[in-house]
Order: sequence, then structure tokens, then C-alpha cells
Amino acid sequence: MDRVIIIGAGQAGGQAAASLRQQTYKGEILLFGDEPHPPYQRPLLSKQYLSSEEEQERIFLRAEAFYLKHKITLRLGESIEKISPNVNSVTTSTGEQIRYRDLILALGSRPRTLTIPGSDLRGIHYLRTLDHVDVIKSEMLAGKKLVIIGGGYIGLEVASVAVKIGLDVLIIETEDRILKRVTTEEMSAFYHQLHVDRGVQICLNTSIASFSGQENLEGVVCGDKVVPADMVIVGIGIVPNTKLAQAAGIACDNGISTDEYCRTSIDNIYAAGDCTHHPNPILGRRLRLESVPNAMEQAKVAASNILGKNKAYAAVPWFWSDQYEHKLQMVGFSTDGQEQCLRGDKAAKTFAIYYFRDQRLVAVDAVNAPADFAAGRQFYDRRFDLKKLSNIDIDIKDCLMDDQIDH
Amino acid sequence: MSKITFVQHDGETQTLDVENGLSVMNAAVDNLIPGIDADCGGECNCATCHVYVDETWMPKVGLPGAMEEAIMSLNPERQSNSRLSCQIKVSDELDGLVVNLPEFQY
Repeated sequence: MDRVIIIGAGQAGGQAAASLRQQTYKGEILLFGDEPHPPYQRPLLSKQYLSSEEEQERIFLRAEAFYLKHKITLRLGESIEKISPNVNSVTTSTGEQIRYRDLILALGSRPRTLTIPGSDLRGIHYLRTLDHVDVIKSEMLAGKKLVIIGGGYIGLEVASVAVKIGLDVLIIETEDRILKRVTTEEMSAFYHQLHVDRGVQICLNTSIASFSGQENLEGVVCGDKVVPADMVIVGIGIVPNTKLAQAAGIACDNGISTDEYCRTSIDNIYAAGDCTHHPNPILGRRLRLESVPNAMEQAKVAASNILGKNKAYAAVPWFWSDQYEHKLQMVGFSTDGQEQCLRGDKAAKTFAIYYFRDQRLVAVDAVNAPADFAAGRQFYDRRFDLKKLSNIDIDIKDCLMDDQIDH
Repeated sequence: MSKITFVQHDGETQTLDVENGLSVMNAAVDNLIPGIDADCGGECNCATCHVYVDETWMPKVGLPGAMEEAIMSLNPERQSNSRLSCQIKVSDELDGLVVNLPEFQY
């Protein structure tokens, strides 16, 4: 029986199936997804799709005809209840038992949820799936009061779309600055100002106690204040889906533990994407990433290794975020930096911050500065003359210090 | 529909009938053309859909936009006919287009 089963039809699952076929895998491929849709581009949900710039069919990664043509069996709207590694089989929600030769877990992640009183009132939303966004879009109408819980990238991207549509937007953040978990003070301050300038209200150091309303949401309760709200979107982070793996005895630790070959603690079971906790040889540590490029890369690595190619994963993480007309592109983790250097013009909103650790480049945050983003990827771990780097008129290649020999 | 031909670095050739309005990258991804990964889905972020446009087609395809240019600028393999295929929209005008796939992306 030559069959690969992929659980999870998100970006990692879809890419794994495509990569298997591209590398001429001849066996059966079954792709299970609990959402009713074929794999789609999740990053667009809080960006172009939310603002109606893209139609639904354009966010699908591939047309349905692709899966037919390449004999990839989509089992959408079906979930897997159990994995039985000792007999190499999975059991579907309808009780069907199917055997596999290799299994790929592309289980993704789910939004962290609130459990405070009133959390299930109508009008409170999470944003993770296409169906979530279709509901949100239908309710996001000009003049409504929207409260966003959480000043992370999801919240900020939603705020920028909502402001364009004409909603009245308030962001509530428990920390003392937005984006605290993911970026530096300077970047937080830049984005704070950007949103305030567009009319978004931001409340820092604020926790919410409950939501008020009978069936429908009416307000958000913070301390002794009730903030009126027609709609709430909660963006307070995501948690990896590991339950299925854990129940099967697969090692998990803040995600499904994998080695650099995307293999789990069981030989013929692989994992890819947001659900993995994996080693990154370039960063020199294990981590979990909430990132599409990572999902795509790990899917390719898992597919290659199923075909016996012994391919190891080694990629510098990168991310992007669109807010208003501004594009933020990031390489590495700015929070790893000890020293930083500004290149470009912050007032003109065209700049990049380069971050260094032990004098080596570990991250770049580039705002409307794609050349700096490209430089971050190309020159990761290199040393720079910071005086030259801060002068935008000096070509980036001439800012490098020649350290190829001692490196 | 327009015909688009992909030439691999080893000379292998595939010609596809592509719906107008799609990008050259979309066509490659839908048909599992090796060497076009398109990790970012066409956002001009990842530069994994780099192609060399056949020189005779360059006047019709045109030069890269500012964002595209910036993303490709540091690639040592960049040539005067380099484009990111996610930024090339298929149209009647481009019926017959030939693009070459760089070896570095394979």
C-alpha cells in the first residue's frame, strides 16, 4: 500500500501534496481538511480579502482542477479523530479507518480564545479561517463601533481595513505597547503613531473584565468603564494544534516536536507548518513559527524526505504585514538584536531598522523598503559598517565589512 | 487563453494554455512547473518565481516595477531580462510568450 495521508489542508498541507507530485511520487495522496475549502492563502484573510480587494476564488492556492489532474484526493470538511501509529492508520470522524505508508501532520494552529464572562455573545469574532472572515466582512459596516482585543499584527491589520471602510476603531492591549511580543520599542512606537494618525484609538495597559449584552454584544467592560461596541475582533495569539498528535503518543513541546528533517518522534510521521516546534540551525535554537514561508518550506522538506532525499530544513524566518498603504517586511527576529541601525527616512515612512547581535546581522524590519528586506535575506549574519549603513546614499553592498575569511 | 512556454535550465520545455488574467506564476504553480515555488502567493515578497523573459518578448512584457526591482536587486544572477513571474499578467498580447527558468531556483 503506497499512500501518503496529509492531515490539514492549509498552506503546509497543500504544498506537501503538490511537492510530492512535483517530485514524481506515484502513490495515493489523501489530503484531509476540516474546513470545507481547498488550501488557500491565509495571510490575505486579514488583508486583501478582508478589504474585498480579492475574490474568494483568487485566494485559493490552486484551482480544484489541479487536485483532480494530479490525483490528489481532497477530503474536505472531514476531520481525523485518531492516529494509530502501531498499525499505520488514521480514523476519520465517520469511523472510516485508512492506512498510510507515511503521514504528514499539517495541523496548523487555532486562535487563543477568551473565557471571560460574555465571551460567547453574538458579535464577538476570531479571525483565522475563510469562513470567519466571510462573517466578519458581512458585519464590518461603516459607522459601527469595532473594538479589537490585542495589538498584534492581526489586530493592526484588521484596524487598518476597518478604518478604510469607515468603522470607529478602538484597540485594547494589555501590555504597555502594541506588538510587544514581536518587535522592538521603536517599531511599536512607529505603528502606534501610524494608527493614531488614522483615527484609531489605542488603550494600553488595559485588561478587559467581561463583555456586556444579552444575546448580542453591547459593550466591553474594562475596570469600571463600559465601552460601547457593535463588534469585537479578538486577536490575542494562536496556539498550535497538537491534541491529535499527543493522543497518538507523538512527542510534543509547545508544538509537535520535529527534527531538521521534519520528522516527528515516530519515523514515518512528519509534521510541517505552524504546528511544529523545530530546530533552526541558522538561529541555533528550537522554535515554533507562525509563518507561511516556514509552512511552505517545511512542507517541501517533509515531501522530499518521504521520497528518501534526506533534505534538511535551514531557513531564515521572514514575515510581512500590510497596514494601510504601508508594507512591512521582516527578516529574522528584531528582538534578538542588541544593537540597531536606522537606514532611510522614518518621517517619510520609508526606512529599515537593521539589528545586530555580536556585530552580526540578525534581523531587518523594513517599512516600504523592499531593497532593505532583500538585503536582510541576502546578508543575514554578515557584519556592516554602521556609519555607512545609516547613510542611505551609500550602496548597501559597500556597507558590508569584508569578513568572509574569519567567518 | 494564451500559450506560455517554460524552458527549464536543462532545456526541457513545457507549453501551457493559460487563462488570460492569471499571472505566469499562477500558470506555473497550477501545472507543477519545477523551479517556481511562489512561497508568498504572488505578493512580490519572496522572489521565488524569478524568470528570464525571452529577449524578443521583453518589449511586450516590459520592465519590472519598483517593488519587484528592489526585491531582485541583490540577486547576483539577475539579468536585464529578469522578471518575477507573479507580476506578469497573461493576456492576448503575450500569447506565445517564452520564459526561461534560472538554475539557482531549481
